[in-house]
Amino acid sequence: MGILEFLKGAARQVVTGGKAYKAWVAVLVGMMVIGLVGYANQWQGGLIATNMRDQVTWAFYIGNFTFLVGVAAAAVLLVVPAYVYHWKPIKEVVVLGELLAISALTMCLTFILVDMGRPDRLTHIMPGPGNPNWPDSMLSWDALVLNLYLMLNLVVVVHILYRAYRGQDYAKWFVVPLVLFSIPAAVGIHTVTAFLYAGMAARPYWNAGILAPKFIASAFCSGPAVMIILFQILRKTTAIEIKDEAIQKVAELMAYAMFFNLFLLGAEIFKEYYSHTEHLLYTQYLWQGIGTHKALVPYAWFSLACSVTAFLIFVTPAGRKNWTTLNIGAVLIFSGVYIEKGMGLVIPGMTPDTLGEIYEYQPSATEWMVAVGVFGMGGLVFTTLVNVAVPIMMGTLRAKGASTVPMGAEATH
Amino acid sequence: MSQHDRLPIVQDAAEGCEAAAPPSRRDFLRTAAAGAVIAAVSGCKPDAVVEELQRRHLTELSKDRLQEMLGKLEKKWSAEYGKDVKVGLRPPMPGVNFAYGLDLSRCIGCRRCVYACVKENNQSRKNPQIQWIRVLQMDKERGVSLEHATPYYNPEKVPEPGHFYMPVQCQQCRHPPCTKVCPVKATWKEPDGIVVIDYDWCIGCRCCTAACPYGARKFNWAEPKLPAAEMNPVTDYLGNRPRPMGVVEKCTFCLQRTRTGRYPACVEICPVGARKFGNLLDPESEIRQVMDRKRVFVFKEELATEPQFYYFYAT
Repeated sequence: MGILEFLKGAARQVVTGGKAYKAWVAVLVGMMVIGLVGYANQWQGGLIATNMRDQVTWAFYIGNFTFLVGVAAAAVLLVVPAYVYHWKPIKEVVVLGELLAISALTMCLTFILVDMGRPDRLTHIMPGPGNPNWPDSMLSWDALVLNLYLMLNLVVVVHILYRAYRGQDYAKWFVVPLVLFSIPAAVGIHTVTAFLYAGMAARPYWNAGILAPKFIASAFCSGPAVMIILFQILRKTTAIEIKDEAIQKVAELMAYAMFFNLFLLGAEIFKEYYSHTEHLLYTQYLWQGIGTHKALVPYAWFSLACSVTAFLIFVTPAGRKNWTTLNIGAVLIFSGVYIEKGMGLVIPGMTPDTLGEIYEYQPSATEWMVAVGVFGMGGLVFTTLVNVAVPIMMGTLRAKGASTVPMGAEATH
Repeated sequence: MSQHDRLPIVQDAAEGCEAAAPPSRRDFLRTAAAGAVIAAVSGCKPDAVVEELQRRHLTELSKDRLQEMLGKLEKKWSAEYGKDVKVGLRPPMPGVNFAYGLDLSRCIGCRRCVYACVKENNQSRKNPQIQWIRVLQMDKERGVSLEHATPYYNPEKVPEPGHFYMPVQCQQCRHPPCTKVCPVKATWKEPDGIVVIDYDWCIGCRCCTAACPYGARKFNWAEPKLPAAEMNPVTDYLGNRPRPMGVVEKCTFCLQRTRTGRYPACVEICPVGARKFGNLLDPESEIRQVMDRKRVFVFKEELATEPQFYYFYAT
């Protein structure tokens, strides 16, 4: 009975909003329409609508997937201090971090789906109707942990919001163990995704032990970068209060993460260039190009420049306390990691291919359209969830007769 | 067999479960509902989608179900290609472990093997063009070096001075990296050494193409184009039968031929006798003769895939 009422209230709230909210939702829906048009084309004619071929069999879609797993994993960055160390200012925004994880995971799973040659056979990977290849296949593990992590975040967020909606505090015995579990789970989803690549001896560029730590380090840069921007937008456009202190703390953590990420990158580059084996080719393709094949080179250097500049901004207290430089830094980190972990990871892994052929990949129009659609969908998921969550947290959206004390205030009793 | 072609969903489900537990109403409703949703999204015929959802892994199918499935495919393709298409599912022969030998000093790079393979194995001719054998032209000066190899050589006459040729196809590894990464067990190694793919179970994720060190696995990026006149009607379910769009395929040592004692098409066509084939467990076989008298090596031995495909220099 209570749940039904909660769902009805939430559904009403999804379509409730000012002009700006409705315009933003319209933009996101428009993006999804573009994506659907692109996908319809791909569905009809097959993946030949992309620029992937037998030489480069994974590309833009899988690159986006990998990047977004990092964004989803970074929700843990807020969970750790908020729940383990009881840092008051961050606790208020944990729910938002988890909502971001939910929307990032939705996008991850969709990017895998659009990359599949036979999405109609999706059930084959599910235990029960299908035949998942455990424990051998990293992709079957990845499908499992991503879905588990999605469930975990959904359960925690829905519970907290449902209780708040009824004017109650969340059940500690229920939430705390789940949240503690979500910390290794977040590291887990990204590690398994790294192992998907690192386990392939056929691709020397990926076949390195450093890959999983590097994934984690860069995830702790890109995820929080999104959140820093979102938090500022949210406190301007909604009633929610996010203290400067919380944003500063996140920025500081990002500086350390970026340092570690750049250090690991340097270690890899040294190893490749100094030992100068036949495996150098892939690194060379990314940073220098091979002969006339230089498609990725400008992106690689642009990405490095973004990451280094952002690191310098975030590591100086003055840089992260100034809102302009902080925001520039967040955008730079996002762009840097997006290139590094998307195209910069996937394409050099497959160029040259296993028989030495160089096929220069660039995304096709269809791939761009589908990607725009998936990001539109993720944006819509996040926007509507936030639009429901914020008034509940603020005490303005409550069950009839429930207490209207804001969530944060209750927690500080 | 043929009357089962368009069985309605309910009968189909009941039949498949005769030996096992009866299908519950709930199971049926769940599958039907899921089918309807997918059909609505995809614009497919609901029948086809529900059938796809009801499909089980090959190893879970009873003999009767297998026969029924093969019969349906025979009927479908016979109608589509206008000839009497046979779809077998020949098991590996006991006491047989196949291996292949390729004499690099004889190969002249004429690519007759490539085209014989395409013909025998019903590969898509164009858009997408699929070829299971890739012949690499290499510089004699550099030896086997992929960095200096190219499959795109088109002189009037082969071999060209200063070059030698190295055909590459599925190496039927003893430790196949491709089967390990498959998330749905759609590909596996058979007791006779051949790595096979169930094209009707493959989800097209392309983990195997990423994992294969030999570029042996090819993806159907579009609906395969197989002209009816050129279609080879003698097929095997795990071998050369027509493939659907969106799945991976590769060399199977022509299992539809070799499991009945014949040579693979590429061995038969080779004009210089560079290709050898046989049963490793038979001391008199051609491949054992090669291994006894010549010195063989395997491609990318450092990856420990242990191919059942050996290269050698006979002269």
